[in-house]
Amino acid sequence: MNPLLVLAAEEPAAELVTGGIWVEWAGLILISPFVAFLLIIFFGKRLKYLGAEFAIAALAFNTVWASVLFVLNMTRGVLYERTFEIARIGFLGGAKELVFELGWMVDGLSIMMYFLVSFVGLLVFIYAVGYMHGDVRVTWFFAAFSLFAGSMLVLVGAPNLVELIIGWEGVGLASYLLIGHYWEKKENSSAGMKAFYTNKVADVGLILGAIIVGVSIGTFSFSEMSRLATEGGNGLAAVASVAAALLFFGAMGKSAQFPLHIWLPDAMAGPTPVSALMHAATMVTGGVYLMARTFPLYQNLAEGVRPAMVVIGAITLFAVGLLALVQDDIKKVLAYSTVSQLGYMMTAVAAGGYTAGLFHLFTHAFFKALLFLGAGAVIHAVHSNNMSDMGGLRKYMPTTYWTFVIGSLALAGIFPFSGFWSKDEILATLGVEGYTFVMWVGIGGAFVTALYMMRAMALTFHGTYKGDGHPHEAPRVMTWPLIGLAVPAAIAGFLNIPGVEWPGIRNFTEWLAVRVVKMGDYHPKEIDVTLAAIGLAAALAGLAVGWVLFGRDAATQRERDRLEIPLLYPLFRKKYYVDDLALGLVWLVKAPFARAVLWFNDYVIDGIVNGTGFLARGLARFVYGGLDQRGVDLIVNGLAAATDAAGSGARRWQSGRIQGYAASFVGGVVVLVLAVVIFR
Amino acid sequence: MEWFDNGWGLTLIVFLPVVGAMVMAAIPKAAERVQKWWALVVSLVVFALSVVAIGRFDFGSAKEFQFEANIPWIKAIGSNYHIGVDGISLPLLVLSTFIMVLAVIYSWDHWEEPRNPKAFLSLMLILATGMNGTFVALDLVLFFIFFELVLLPMYFMIGIWGDKQVRRLPGFGREVEMRLYAAIKFFLFTLFGSAFMLLGFLALYFRSGDFGERTFDIPALIALGSDGAFTGTFGWLVFGALFLGFAVKVPMWPLHTWLPDAHTAAPTVGSVLLAAILLKLGSYGFIRISIPILPETARQWAPAIAILAVIAIIYGALACLAQTDMKRLIAFSSVGHMGFVMLGIATLTDVGLNAAIIGMVAHGLITGLLFFIAGSMSHRYHTREMARLGGNQKLMPVLGGILAFTVMASLGLPGLAGFWGEFMSLLGAYRPLEGLNLGVFRTAMVIGAIGTVLTAGYMLWMLQKVNLGEPREEWVGHSFRDADRFELTAWVPLILLIVVIGVFPKVVFGATSDAVTALVQTAFGG
Amino acid sequence: MIINQFLILAALLFSLGVYGLLVRRNAVMVLLAVELMLNAVNINLIAFEAAIRSTLAVGQVFAIFVITVAAAEVGIGLAIVILVFRNRKSANVDELNLMKW
Repeated sequence: MNPLLVLAAEEPAAELVTGGIWVEWAGLILISPFVAFLLIIFFGKRLKYLGAEFAIAALAFNTVWASVLFVLNMTRGVLYERTFEIARIGFLGGAKELVFELGWMVDGLSIMMYFLVSFVGLLVFIYAVGYMHGDVRVTWFFAAFSLFAGSMLVLVGAPNLVELIIGWEGVGLASYLLIGHYWEKKENSSAGMKAFYTNKVADVGLILGAIIVGVSIGTFSFSEMSRLATEGGNGLAAVASVAAALLFFGAMGKSAQFPLHIWLPDAMAGPTPVSALMHAATMVTGGVYLMARTFPLYQNLAEGVRPAMVVIGAITLFAVGLLALVQDDIKKVLAYSTVSQLGYMMTAVAAGGYTAGLFHLFTHAFFKALLFLGAGAVIHAVHSNNMSDMGGLRKYMPTTYWTFVIGSLALAGIFPFSGFWSKDEILATLGVEGYTFVMWVGIGGAFVTALYMMRAMALTFHGTYKGDGHPHEAPRVMTWPLIGLAVPAAIAGFLNIPGVEWPGIRNFTEWLAVRVVKMGDYHPKEIDVTLAAIGLAAALAGLAVGWVLFGRDAATQRERDRLEIPLLYPLFRKKYYVDDLALGLVWLVKAPFARAVLWFNDYVIDGIVNGTGFLARGLARFVYGGLDQRGVDLIVNGLAAATDAAGSGARRWQSGRIQGYAASFVGGVVVLVLAVVIFR
Repeated sequence: MEWFDNGWGLTLIVFLPVVGAMVMAAIPKAAERVQKWWALVVSLVVFALSVVAIGRFDFGSAKEFQFEANIPWIKAIGSNYHIGVDGISLPLLVLSTFIMVLAVIYSWDHWEEPRNPKAFLSLMLILATGMNGTFVALDLVLFFIFFELVLLPMYFMIGIWGDKQVRRLPGFGREVEMRLYAAIKFFLFTLFGSAFMLLGFLALYFRSGDFGERTFDIPALIALGSDGAFTGTFGWLVFGALFLGFAVKVPMWPLHTWLPDAHTAAPTVGSVLLAAILLKLGSYGFIRISIPILPETARQWAPAIAILAVIAIIYGALACLAQTDMKRLIAFSSVGHMGFVMLGIATLTDVGLNAAIIGMVAHGLITGLLFFIAGSMSHRYHTREMARLGGNQKLMPVLGGILAFTVMASLGLPGLAGFWGEFMSLLGAYRPLEGLNLGVFRTAMVIGAIGTVLTAGYMLWMLQKVNLGEPREEWVGHSFRDADRFELTAWVPLILLIVVIGVFPKVVFGATSDAVTALVQTAFGG
Repeated sequence: MIINQFLILAALLFSLGVYGLLVRRNAVMVLLAVELMLNAVNINLIAFEAAIRSTLAVGQVFAIFVITVAAAEVGIGLAIVILVFRNRKSANVDELNLMKW
């Protein structure tokens, strides 16, 4: 137990759990998917369901564990943090130490995420057993899927920024693997790359932000950081704005905020369960989670950054949402709607609506997973992603249809489904915090949301069937998860009705309030009926307009895109040219820049190196040929010639006969002796 | 084990390989199995000794030199046989002995023409002596000898077993065989640098006479240096001379061009050793010699080094993006990765130096593994052209999987070894040593961070080109042997270590942290 | 003076050696002749030592040196001769003119 943890929630919990086996061993939640990953890799192929057993077992375990934590937190409030040191290095010339730790955090925010990831993940995994049946790489799919869930759990369980980064990029990696699951086709592997790469660009922000925070306060711990951010008057204050902006940039990538949203629609290249999990519980919620986790930094120190964040969120929620209106691929409609909803969450958190943003994240997870799984069931039945191949499926697939309707109504924000409550809280927060214009943008967004959802429903389930073959309802292993998600999608909103207290359990706001420091966020005490009515009216208007425009059976693409607003329509089709801009940038780096560098390397630097070599060789040739051979060598050669002449004269003496030499030798000695004797 | 601590342990680690190479000469040429086993036994014994060194190393006083031996050697110039390890050199020494074992295992049945395992293994063993010796030498003359000893075997490895492709290089009138060009370029380039380095050593030797007896002893020179003995123009020039020697070896931009050629042309094992260990000799020289002996001058040079380092990061990444040859791409990636190491060193802080060391270790493991894989692939496909590869994952699932893993490690995925070096050198650059220009270093940090994006770019691009997609038509119908047992034996330990260091970097920092802190405190006064 | 007889013996022996060296065609015999010459020198050394009686026994020491060198010389010489014989099937020194220019 970290002694630094002090409860300072705005509305303190009656009792606080800081121990017990469920809390102290919560780290198992983080580990179990990785264990499953290894088991699947090594033993998965031998099992009946090719390894899905391990993945499902791990998440079932997690779901049970997270549910217990969830209930504990619902009734009493949990706050616990445990870390293990993985590195300790000198810092500032040994004056301090920088400690890196891994561990887990158990508080309201983490528990909510644990529950979401585990619960939604479990249902999606079960669904995937049916959906992926007969796929080329089922074993690998479940391995990567476990990695995906595990990385996300590490991300949300991380007690410090470094562990968060590990989970963060792990999620990116797993998404890369899963989006590019059918990597035999280049578009798919490119989509995976685009996702990973866009995220990597954003990660620069996260990493630099983490570095700035870490260096300024000498630790990466969230609790410490929140405490210092609340106290103020320390090293953090000076860098807070820069760090906050950088961290937000990181969150923009993960949570697909404009203009870094471009990867998300392409990510539909992966199998549908991947999309469901990615959009509902893992991956895209990471950015919003990060903003929530570092909320005190934004709330207390980096206030200057918040308006910019709100603006980006607002652009995302409205402008990118519009793109969903012109998509033919049903998954892309849902993808753009996710981007739009993430815009809501980000706007809310940035505006100060900590609870509001997270509440929307919570409800959105259920209905978006539901919608994707429904779309997956449809795709499974008609073998096409395109709504132009669908239509009239209401009759063939009743379960899918009705659950899809529930999900759509929830997403559109129709009373009393869950989306209504969370969206209303966001709008209320925006109004109270003074972002009135953005609030109206949000209401406009609600209209757009309802419009494109009605379009999707009409084109998919109403009218006449236009595809090939005979569609049929999905197998039970796929419909049960749909029902399992439809229930919370319908009722999850009741958990946080302002002013309503349920007996025995605490309000959603209070669950999240158990934190180290006071959050200082706004959350409504009672419902603002006028605003709720306006929001609901916008949504209903959207549904109505949608039904008028698309309710009739439409045979051609022109009819399906009945919204051909001049100027805007081509802009929508081209996705505001953001993708092209990004591709252009990539091309610019890859082709001219990289080639120029290589040219520079091969011709300039290597030219100098080789040139030095050539110069040395030329010099050597001159020295040798000019100076040496024709100058110095003349003397030398003259001497040599003389020697040569003398030698060829003398060589006749050299007979090669040893005894001849010996005789000369003896003769010589005799002569010498005689000379000595005579001339002495 | 008294004998081990008295210097015999390190002496054996250093000289057993060369003795092994001598014994190898007595093994008949035809007895290849005996030669391989002998080389394996020698390298295993050396590795085991280095493991014993870890076991007996006192991590509590990692800043002290341990297992020291200091006996007079060349009395006339006061050069001693002074060896020892501290927390900085221990990880690198172990890395060196470890990679050597794997290289021998890998080469078991991977021989480039003209085979001749006897000669090749002998050269590897001699190389091992040079590398291990450089990491334990505490005397400048000894250091220089080991530093240079490395050149020779590598020269022959590249020149004899290297790439026999004939290419027309820009500026050459005729076509040249790559192995010859690369070998000569490597040799001359390094020799050029070390000539200046020797000058620097001699200058230090003679100047040390002004403060007592002349000495080549590194700890003694460090003591003098931290008292401000070598400063001013003298220090500046000496640092410059040493810089040339070490920077060529690292290699730093713009002295790097020998590296892509040498790596590409070298036989697989040669590339691995080159990337995994030889490059580290240069950066190790900076940490062991340049900075502690010439701290004041290091301050002056640091911004320049940082700038060169980030140029290398960006430049290397961009050059990689324009490659068509897989092995050459990996070679160029070393330029960028070593850029991060040098950025860490340039910060002159404990964080930065720690980053440099773990970066060196990680780069050794990861890029070594990448070269192993690239070698195995070109062994099977007989080409390294990425345009002709593709669908490798389908043809060889295990090999492709390992390649994908290694690529992820190389682009610095958190949780794997490569992350810490990059992350911490950026961390160090945010707050460099007091007095250094913050603007330069923070700009370097941002550019370096952008460099990580570019790194991810070319690595993923390479992975997509090589591993993903459908196999090209020319390979359809071929049956490829997936990773065999020798390859797996050599690679699995690397993979495990990459993960272990990634999750638990204390494996490295536990040894280096205290030593680095002590070094920084001695040099720059806490 | 007794030393003269020894010197005369040595001179005779030496001359015999020189004769053998110059005349014999078989390499082995040539080597033997060389031995004779060396031993002649040894006799001289011992004889002078006996006459002078130096404190360091220089003569005897030198004689032993010569014997050692002679042994080595014969060893190497015979080895060469054997190799030559193996290669050329003859140990005739007249035919060994490879060293000729």
